[in-house]
Amino acid sequence: MSILINKDTKIITQGITGKTGQFHTEKCQEYANGKNCFVAGVNPKKAGESIFGIPIFGSVKDAAAETGATVSVIYVPPPGAAAAIWEAVEADLDLVVCITEGIPVRDMLIVRNKMLRKEAAGGKKTLLLGPNCPGLITPDEVKIGIMPGHIHRKGRIGVVSRSGTLTYEAVGQLTEIGLGQSSAVGTGGDPINGLKHIDIMRLFNDDPDTDAVIMIGEIGGPDEADAAVWCKANMKKPVVGFIAGVTAPAGKRMGHAGALISGGADTADAKLAIMEECGFTVTRDPSEMGKLIKALI
Amino acid sequence: MKIHEYQGKELLKKFGVVVPRGMFCPTVDDAVKAAETLGGKVWVVKAQIHAGGRGKGGGVKVAKSLDEVRQYASQILGMQLVTHQTGPAGQKVRRLLVEEGADIRKEYYVAALTDRASQKVAMMASSEGGMDIEEVAHKTPEKILKVFIDPADGLTDAQATELATGIGVPAESVAKAVATFKGLYQCYMETDASLAEINPLILEGNGDIKALDAKFNFDSNSLYRQPEIVAYRDLDEEDPDELEASKFDLSYISLDGNIGCLVNGAGLAMATMDTIKLFGAEPANFLDVGGGATTEKVTEAFQIMLRNPKVKGILVNIFGGIMRCDTIATGVVAAARETHLSVPLVVRMKGTNEDIGKKILSESGLPIITADSMAEAATKIVAAVS
Repeated sequence: MSILINKDTKIITQGITGKTGQFHTEKCQEYANGKNCFVAGVNPKKAGESIFGIPIFGSVKDAAAETGATVSVIYVPPPGAAAAIWEAVEADLDLVVCITEGIPVRDMLIVRNKMLRKEAAGGKKTLLLGPNCPGLITPDEVKIGIMPGHIHRKGRIGVVSRSGTLTYEAVGQLTEIGLGQSSAVGTGGDPINGLKHIDIMRLFNDDPDTDAVIMIGEIGGPDEADAAVWCKANMKKPVVGFIAGVTAPAGKRMGHAGALISGGADTADAKLAIMEECGFTVTRDPSEMGKLIKALI
Repeated sequence: MKIHEYQGKELLKKFGVVVPRGMFCPTVDDAVKAAETLGGKVWVVKAQIHAGGRGKGGGVKVAKSLDEVRQYASQILGMQLVTHQTGPAGQKVRRLLVEEGADIRKEYYVAALTDRASQKVAMMASSEGGMDIEEVAHKTPEKILKVFIDPADGLTDAQATELATGIGVPAESVAKAVATFKGLYQCYMETDASLAEINPLILEGNGDIKALDAKFNFDSNSLYRQPEIVAYRDLDEEDPDELEASKFDLSYISLDGNIGCLVNGAGLAMATMDTIKLFGAEPANFLDVGGGATTEKVTEAFQIMLRNPKVKGILVNIFGGIMRCDTIATGVVAAARETHLSVPLVVRMKGTNEDIGKKILSESGLPIITADSMAEAATKIVAAVS
């Protein structure tokens, strides 16, 4: 097993005809069972055509109805990306993975609150991963997103992080020491996003094929602390934790829109302290994440 | 992106928030003329820089005559204003705001910002205006009231009234405070701000509610649709190296250490800085070359790092995914040659085409030190510079 996606997941690509969408769709198709998983693309102007053998539909709703797809991945450019998320939510998909970087925060605020209203009114809950995230992968089954497939290896360690390359760093270490990953998930670097560390930790906790988790965070926001507090009471599996940004100055945005220290509680030191207090094996040396996991299992 | 106080007040005014009458003044003569035009007996001469804490640094003065206006304007204009936000070098004052004096009966605080936990806009208000709000939050958190706003509803009358009465606005001025809060919220949303803060917001002797200061930050993802905000940008207030880097789509922030670092990805870039510190040195910068680095981009990144005279060594850390290690290696070799690199360079690369990348480095004939892990890379660069 794995979390969120597996070899049987059927996926719609929104923004499949753009340069980024095309590039990554091809890579995702080439990876493991990708040929069978990526079943539809969406572009209202190109409905009826196909690309890489994938049929293009005029809307997410049509694509889902025709193919039975339950997941979508979005490469739509920033001005239209929030609308693309809402279209997937209105089509009642299970999961939407938004790769797009640079979406206006106000657009995300509006779409997230619309999603919450829909759920509160009894509508279907669609999970959102991202935006501004690398996506997620279940090694040897399927990858949805922009991560390099070949560094992964099937295994029993879960990885969750906001950032892309820092996730790859942890994945690379696990692969190198022969442990591999059950699933690896990037939640994204934006301040307003969907699934957070706590949601992914819940899923890994319930996944019988995950033995331990590497949880990576960074400065800014309450996500890592929230996850740590939940884990203290609920997590049955060992967790190795790392937070990037000990050396980041307050008030400066470090690349990611969400990586900004705004108060005392969202510094790297504060997060490391709360993670340690909640029973994580915490390290300040990111080169050690893999080794520490090995020692724990 | 930040703007000046006088620009923030222009914005607030458009949304119905009352601000003191005032004029933007680039010269001392303009300041005196402004005071004459404004009339009255008391004026405030305010330094316009993007950093906070101007009052404590001597950048805000109350003048009681036109002579005093001239005296303070000459003192402030051109000074290196040092505040807790500028760093020890301070920021040169190039612009002034001259305003009419205000009859302050009580000072409050109000701000709108995006709250990550609730995924809503939060409006915070406090009876403790004019103070450092971080300090209020720390010492007397009960004195900060918050309401959370769903953008579909906007700030409701009930929420705005709750804030106004909660911070002790007298009954006869509550309606004015409510209008102010609603204007602030509307301004925040329509300008794609990420922070809009009025500190202090004052109650005047006659019961009016007025914004005596205005501090704004804007979401850089939204600037493409905010030409009016972009027009407010003051490049004099920005770090020239950070500005130069942004032209090449490089995310660069200068820091105080002596080891330059060039990394792909924001998370990995921070982790690399942290590793440098862990092994006994300090990073000179944050630099994310992003996902699509070309030889030109890497060369530009080297030039920006090397412009910092404190840099005594460079650490390159690349996790090759979509971006291949051989591309980066070619870029690093070209950049080292073009910049006549004279400081030690450690390169750590992992991932796609790692072996080809390493071969390009070793065959370049340049004294490039290679490393397999981030820890090894940090150890080697720290040893090389000490």
